[in-house]
Amino acid sequence: MEKPDLTNPKNFHSPINVSGMDLDLLIKFYESMSMIRKAEDLLAVKRRDGFIGGPVHLGAGQEAIPVGVSPSLNSSDFVFGAHRSHGHLLALGSSLHKLFAEVLGKETGHSKGMGGSMHLWDEPSGFYGSVPIMAGTVPLAVGAAISAKLRKSSSIAVAYLGDGAVEEGIVIESMNLAKIQKAPILFIVENNLFASHMHISLRQPSSYISRFADASLVPSHILDGNDVVEVFKTARNSINDIRSGQGPQLIECLTYRFYGHVDWREDVDVGVNRSMEDINDWRSRDPIKRLTESLLEINETIEDKLNDLNDELNLNVQSAWELALEDPFPAKDKLLEGVYA
Amino acid sequence: MKTDFGTAILSGFDYLLENYPEVFVIGQGLWSPWYVGTTMTDLDKKFGKERVIDTPVSESACTGAAIGASLTGMRPIIVHPRMDFMLYAMDAIVNQAAKWSHMFGGQAHPGVTIRGIINRGGEQGAQHSQALHALFAHIPGLRVVMPSTVTDARDLLIASVLSPDPVIYIDDRWLYSQTDELEEIVELDLSKEGPECLMEGNDLTLVASGFSSMQAREVCDLVANKGISLEIIDLRILNPFDASKILESVRKTGRLLVVDGGWKACGMASEVISSVTEELELGALKSKPLRITLPSAPAPTSATLEREYYLSNDRLIDCIINLVR
Repeated sequence: MEKPDLTNPKNFHSPINVSGMDLDLLIKFYESMSMIRKAEDLLAVKRRDGFIGGPVHLGAGQEAIPVGVSPSLNSSDFVFGAHRSHGHLLALGSSLHKLFAEVLGKETGHSKGMGGSMHLWDEPSGFYGSVPIMAGTVPLAVGAAISAKLRKSSSIAVAYLGDGAVEEGIVIESMNLAKIQKAPILFIVENNLFASHMHISLRQPSSYISRFADASLVPSHILDGNDVVEVFKTARNSINDIRSGQGPQLIECLTYRFYGHVDWREDVDVGVNRSMEDINDWRSRDPIKRLTESLLEINETIEDKLNDLNDELNLNVQSAWELALEDPFPAKDKLLEGVYA
Repeated sequence: MKTDFGTAILSGFDYLLENYPEVFVIGQGLWSPWYVGTTMTDLDKKFGKERVIDTPVSESACTGAAIGASLTGMRPIIVHPRMDFMLYAMDAIVNQAAKWSHMFGGQAHPGVTIRGIINRGGEQGAQHSQALHALFAHIPGLRVVMPSTVTDARDLLIASVLSPDPVIYIDDRWLYSQTDELEEIVELDLSKEGPECLMEGNDLTLVASGFSSMQAREVCDLVANKGISLEIIDLRILNPFDASKILESVRKTGRLLVVDGGWKACGMASEVISSVTEELELGALKSKPLRITLPSAPAPTSATLEREYYLSNDRLIDCIINLVR
């Protein structure tokens, strides 16, 4: 049976299928997605209120993707992100305080206050950098994978990119190179249907991007990116294959961002095929909401536990923010430091 | 026994691949003898096609891949047999390699070597001829290296690859046939290298790099016969650029001529003259400083125009005589 159209926001509102899944793992998914959501929502408010000087590209609504992928990764893997990468980093277990500090330009941040929201680095978590040049890290991730292969290590590379990035020719080059090199890399395309303000129907002849993988014979999977269990299972299988030396794969996750391209307004891109009706429909496909409903279906008594978890997360997020606010800015002599090693 | 410049590069690669397991080479034409002259002959046979990787026609992806590999502790060399094609990799070089150390608070080290070969003349024309060193020397975060001597061809390649920073290593095929005695390999710290005086003299400081430095050496005796004593300074490291040796030399000779194989506007010759004259005491010059560069036009194909386009030794000698007279 053919799947209903993943790009239609009227579909996929029901709870997700969690049968056979370990309850503790599902609660971990819930916790991780909620933490990322709360962090992003807080950043939205703080950006609006003038606490944050630079742009923030928020991924609220897309949390199921990194949260579903990350449990199959370890800190010796090489994960590369892009401009909307707070969630990619946090899902690896990276420090929220350091993320907030970085967004604020503090020297305690992930990039020592030299990167801000768009340039994040956390090697101990296996996060090898995010940059805002579209697809800029994609060939770098292929190189990290080639390096793992040359060293005969079991590490793999992960490249997170969006549906806009695949319009850059470098992605085609990178997939071709990865395939011909049998590089251990997983391309994860978060297809949120928008590149800045432009809907994919105004940019591409199809709303699915995995056809680009076909050209390089890279095996691909299209899935509901707002179903954390489906993401988890598909990523786990792909990553197992990749680790065992079977070469690159691509997973296309259909999703949606609740905020506009940049900063706190949800209505900023409305007008070019993004309506408030669509946004509200997509909120019915909210990955956290759907997992919550699934959890309550299997165990009604879990509600108290989830409420407690939410209270705890609220406190953690708030205290990480307050800590970051108090942190020092980089000293002025840092301006010329680090240009060279 | 004398070694030629091309073979000196080959011996640099050989040394690196032999002694450093984290070194690998990637680029187009590495399994073919005619792409890169004699500079990489049979490396794939000796060290294996896994470490000497010939690639798809994807300058951008391959350069990006080399950068990515360097972030994870490898020491890759990406080879561009013609600089013109390397322009496809500008995002990887300028936005990524040059920025990652500073942008991530000194924690990321893209220690990649990007070898770009200048391959011009022979009626190859506009897109098979460019010397684009100045373009890269503009960018903070990149080290730009241009060997001119046989020893530097080998030892600066080794230093580039061992450097933790991204290095653009540019060699000109017009240098490949010159020969010299090669001493034992010395592992240099690239961050401590800079311009060097190749010939001491009193009448004129001639600054050049790459093939232009070789031209300067070639005309040195000829102008000496006319009573002109040249001091030749070979730039070697174009970025970060250290003008101190040149400044010292100009204070002695009172004259400055910069010969560059690139274009004039915002070029390396301009950088040298500005850096020297803004530090130089008023009245220290006996004549106006002079730049000899390519004409401000793309390289022509037709042989007559090509002879006009590139600087001949005769024209260089005339310029020197006019400047000193």
